[in-house]
Amino acid sequence: MAFPFSLAAAVVWSGSDRLVKLAPSDLLIIGIYFVMVLGIGIYLRRYASTSNDFFMAGREMSAWVAGLSFLSANLGAIELMGWAASTYQYGILAAHFYWIAAFPSMIFLGLVMMPFYYISKTHSVPGYLQLRYNEATRALSGISFAVMTILMSGINMYAMALVMKVVLGWNIHFSIWVSSLTVAVYVALGGLYSAIFNEVLQFFLIWLGALIIPILGLIEVGGWSGLQAKIFERMHSSEYVHLWSTLGSFSSNPMGVNWAGVVFGLGGAIAFGYWTTDFLVVQRAMAAKDLRSAQLAPIIASYFKMVVPLIVILPGLLGLAVLPYHLVPESAMQPGLHSYNEVLPLMLARYCGPGMLGLGITALIAGFMSGMAGNVSAFATVWTYDIYQPYIRKGMSDQHYVRIGRWCTILGVVLSIGTAYFVTHFKSIMDYMQALLGFFIAPLFGAVIMGMMWKRATPKGGFCGLLVGTVSSVVMYTAVKIHPAWVRYVALSPDAKDMAENVYRALWSLLISMFVIFAVSLFTEPKPKAQLTGLVWSYTTFPAAEAMPVWKKPIFWGAGVAIFFVVLQWMFW
Amino acid sequence: MRERHHMLPVWFFIGMLLTIYGVIILITSIVDYSQPSSAVLSQYHPGIWGGILLLVIGGFYTLKFRPR
Repeated sequence: MAFPFSLAAAVVWSGSDRLVKLAPSDLLIIGIYFVMVLGIGIYLRRYASTSNDFFMAGREMSAWVAGLSFLSANLGAIELMGWAASTYQYGILAAHFYWIAAFPSMIFLGLVMMPFYYISKTHSVPGYLQLRYNEATRALSGISFAVMTILMSGINMYAMALVMKVVLGWNIHFSIWVSSLTVAVYVALGGLYSAIFNEVLQFFLIWLGALIIPILGLIEVGGWSGLQAKIFERMHSSEYVHLWSTLGSFSSNPMGVNWAGVVFGLGGAIAFGYWTTDFLVVQRAMAAKDLRSAQLAPIIASYFKMVVPLIVILPGLLGLAVLPYHLVPESAMQPGLHSYNEVLPLMLARYCGPGMLGLGITALIAGFMSGMAGNVSAFATVWTYDIYQPYIRKGMSDQHYVRIGRWCTILGVVLSIGTAYFVTHFKSIMDYMQALLGFFIAPLFGAVIMGMMWKRATPKGGFCGLLVGTVSSVVMYTAVKIHPAWVRYVALSPDAKDMAENVYRALWSLLISMFVIFAVSLFTEPKPKAQLTGLVWSYTTFPAAEAMPVWKKPIFWGAGVAIFFVVLQWMFW
Repeated sequence: MRERHHMLPVWFFIGMLLTIYGVIILITSIVDYSQPSSAVLSQYHPGIWGGILLLVIGGFYTLKFRPR
């Protein structure tokens, strides 16, 4: 999508009310990026001819490619801009979402759960639920995932368009249509191959484009100690730079949460739910060429996840220290003020000259597009395999399902665009959507983990647990919305804030889901052993480990990231 | 990674893009050397360092994974 500069300028600039002004070299860099991702999609089309190619990238990705793609699919709009904004608001506590909310669950996925996904040769997480439980459980999970994925994709798209409007003065419709049609074309052409290739490309761009902020920022403030001193000077509080020491009670930190909520709710229910059962990310690891690569993919990703705070959390902290004005919440926005959500582009504009600014903006666009590509490719797979194939047109040719996958990609993007416009009219929906996504994640993890670990879990138990867990989460959420004081029952404290409510609600819905599966299973008929081989721990024979040096084994690298994690917690205690 | 059917590896595409970006950023930064932008710490010329870094990484991947 390379426009001549003058045409690009005429089309995309909707006025002079913008944070940064791009030079011709910046526009050239952005234009080349669009040409490259489309070119990759066109090139890969010839390789995506079967359903295994289109939906699973032929299951031949190396551990590194699958791992970087696994991480990039998670580096979307909300991830990049949102957590930089949250850091400005809450301080380094936001890093918990990269550390405790990532490392244990990603290692667990690699070492414990991936063998089941891989050995069962399922195409999706709902597909695993069908094999382990029954069709009803798959339908419930598949439909809720498809709906949520489209909504999240649209919200990501809207968030991107909003940033482009505020930062660059670009027309919001232009941003939505150009970026989404680009994603539609390259994913529809090359399927998961294309999504994964571009996600790995985007991984490099995100890092190289955003790394200038922490490097120059730390030089400006005089290193970590200088940063701490400047934040204390401006905020008159040291709680913004401590990870654990302020979590003794709900009222002693800006996030309004305590350590138990962070460990069990965030690090347990939410993180395990997201990283081990959200098909958006799990699909990337399933595309690996063998079991060892599939196990290594999330472990490799976990190392990079641990250092993503360098380009997301640190810019938020630097914003607290060096920006000459205070940012405000979106709800308090007035002309002349800047919101928390603008902290990352503001920091880019602060340090980047011509050329580097183009690379930084391209990094943001790449992040938005990789998040969206992840959503639509996962949507196309789940829709085709878990809804269309079993319930609409059974027994059609492989070519037919590939064609449906391509059309589903287009359909997913069109629906996402519709969602994006829907959100522009009902902005509060964005707040609710985060909670809505959380409704499904924790109970889904309950159903999957009980199915993998407990041979007695029955189809009726799995379905009821998933349903009741989800409904209980919705009920808790609604109750607190109607009676805000009831947060004391959900989050165990009247001082609890939104984040605490989210993490405790996820924890309760997980426990409720697991309890219901346990209770219903005791009174219903389990599946025979023959149908559970390869799906349940005690009925699965894992392939004998190949003879290899210890440093090539997934568990070695899992132990390494555990040490890395402990060191980080100690450094920023 | 080198997939079946002689598929070009993803690393080659990454190398090409980073090399092109390195050239653009380096040329822009050299042209603007005597007129640093208004960005904070522009006296360190981050564009030149960034351009060189992109060229090195991009060149490495392009050469190592080029079609043979």
